[in-house]
Amino acid sequence: MKSKQKILAYPYIVWLIIFIIVPLVLVLYFSFSFREGGLTLGNYRRFMTPIYGKVLYRSLKLAFISTVFCLILGYPMAMIIAGTDISKRNLMVLLFVLPMWMNFLLRTYAWMTLLGKNGVINNILGFLNFPTLNLLYNNGAVILGMVYNFIPFMVLPIYSVLAKMDKTLIEAAKDLGANETTVFRKIIFPLSLPGVITGITMVFMPAVSTFVIPRLLGGGQFMLIGNLVEQQFTHVYDWNFGSAISIIMMIFILIAMAVATRYEDPAEESGGLW
Amino acid sequence: MGQNIIDLKNITKIYDETSVLDNVNLYIRKNEFLTLLGPSGCGKTTTLRIIGGFEYPTAGDVFFEGKRINDLPPYKRQINTVFQKYALFPHMNIFENIAFGLRIKKIPEKEIKIKVEEMLQLVGLQSFAKRSVESLSGGQQQRVAIARALVNEPEVLLLDEPLGALDLKLRKGMQIELKKIQQEVGITFVYVTHDQEEALTMSDTIAVMNEGKIQQIGTPEDIYNEPKTAFIADFIGESNIVKGIMIRDYLVEFANRTFDCVDKGFGENTRVEVVIRPEDIEITSAETGMLRGEVITSTFKGVHYEMIVKENGRRWMIHSTDMAPVGSTIGMNIGPDLIHIMERGI
Repeated sequence: MKSKQKILAYPYIVWLIIFIIVPLVLVLYFSFSFREGGLTLGNYRRFMTPIYGKVLYRSLKLAFISTVFCLILGYPMAMIIAGTDISKRNLMVLLFVLPMWMNFLLRTYAWMTLLGKNGVINNILGFLNFPTLNLLYNNGAVILGMVYNFIPFMVLPIYSVLAKMDKTLIEAAKDLGANETTVFRKIIFPLSLPGVITGITMVFMPAVSTFVIPRLLGGGQFMLIGNLVEQQFTHVYDWNFGSAISIIMMIFILIAMAVATRYEDPAEESGGLW
Repeated sequence: MGQNIIDLKNITKIYDETSVLDNVNLYIRKNEFLTLLGPSGCGKTTTLRIIGGFEYPTAGDVFFEGKRINDLPPYKRQINTVFQKYALFPHMNIFENIAFGLRIKKIPEKEIKIKVEEMLQLVGLQSFAKRSVESLSGGQQQRVAIARALVNEPEVLLLDEPLGALDLKLRKGMQIELKKIQQEVGITFVYVTHDQEEALTMSDTIAVMNEGKIQQIGTPEDIYNEPKTAFIADFIGESNIVKGIMIRDYLVEFANRTFDCVDKGFGENTRVEVVIRPEDIEITSAETGMLRGEVITSTFKGVHYEMIVKENGRRWMIHSTDMAPVGSTIGMNIGPDLIHIMERGI
């Protein structure tokens, strides 16, 4: 019985080695070596300059702001979906996920035509004799792009926790004198934390490493860490430095997730990174 | 018993065009232990939820100490509930669970500590304050749920099949304990169950419900000894129910002969249903019995034997401490006061 189960695990182990462990080891090796071969810490030392520090700081800041917006907008959305009756619920989830079936680039380009100097919004403003606005190529546009693209990853885990929540707990709290606000503060929110943490994880990680959104909506004016990595690999061909940046970014994501998961109930098996 | 604490007047509840409660009238007196008894789907839980404020009646009014409370949300009612599956908050320990209601009322922390500890004492869980909910057994969670409700000193405690998930022995113990707690704290209990024995053991008053209607309200003795309908007779304990004809007052015909009885007022030659409790049939010798039949099965039940006797194609269930061997022919006697006459077709 035991050995049979072990055999069943082999395909997964092979998959794990080929697609996760080998690339990770390669990236690690690249990051610690010269382009010509031979080990060095030079790639990391190179990153410890103010310019790159700024890039890292900006990436983390924008990702953090986007995650906060996703949470603020996504939580009520998840509550609304979880609150509708089951017959309509699936439709609402579908409507919410539907844009995700479209190509990511296409969706981001769509925002460019909306926000651009001669875009839809400015045309309308001009038509109404309002001054046109610079909506594109700034931090705001990048954050908007991130929130728009990643919000389903916040809504869905929170929704699934809320939908599974035992409704009698809410009734019990009301029965004991809690009004709607107190019920939310003391029962619903604390019990939905696993979903919130999963959501934060799933939004923060892609947000911190994205390079398409800052390139298109930020106009490549300021570099985020994702752009930096992409540039090293596709333009500068310095794979070693690119690998080092990737590793540093990974460490920051891991730290952020460790902080987030600390607040999670250890008894809860779902959600979180560990 | 004093005045009525809760009055339900003409309560009707309709879900998706299905009537769940149909013109229910019920009053609950202060400090009584009232049980809503009935099979699943009879509307007893809905009645309880209307009292608790979790459901809104489609028609009719709910009064609490004379005031109409239809529109009062649950958190403003001086009523607390013990839920069927306890509904303890999993992210809080036992102490926090019990203190929940007191915290909301902004009672000083010192006082909360004293009250919670008193409650833990009352339900026998003194050393459990710091334990997590999931580390407790079903019976213990049940006690916490009761403590969490009682600590708020409600006027009325609603209990929705609170013992349903416990095993038989634990349930028996908790029945006695619940009754004791109710007498100690002296508050009104409204208890919902489908277990007739539980209802008979604990209640001051039982309201038997079926298909959204209250069929009979009375003391356990009344309900058991004088069931008003064949449904109640069948539901409360076991019964032999046979069709009969009321010849005139005090005389009924069934099983092809007439019997003296103590019922009257059904008119003459009225079709009725006759209910006889299994323990009310006396076994005699075949020659002297009013009815005669053959013993088909005989099962030892601890205190008594349960026998099925076949008489002219009818089956009679008898509970007796005397055992008649299977295959033997016996006589059966029924005293006039042990024959219960019901209108047919209720």
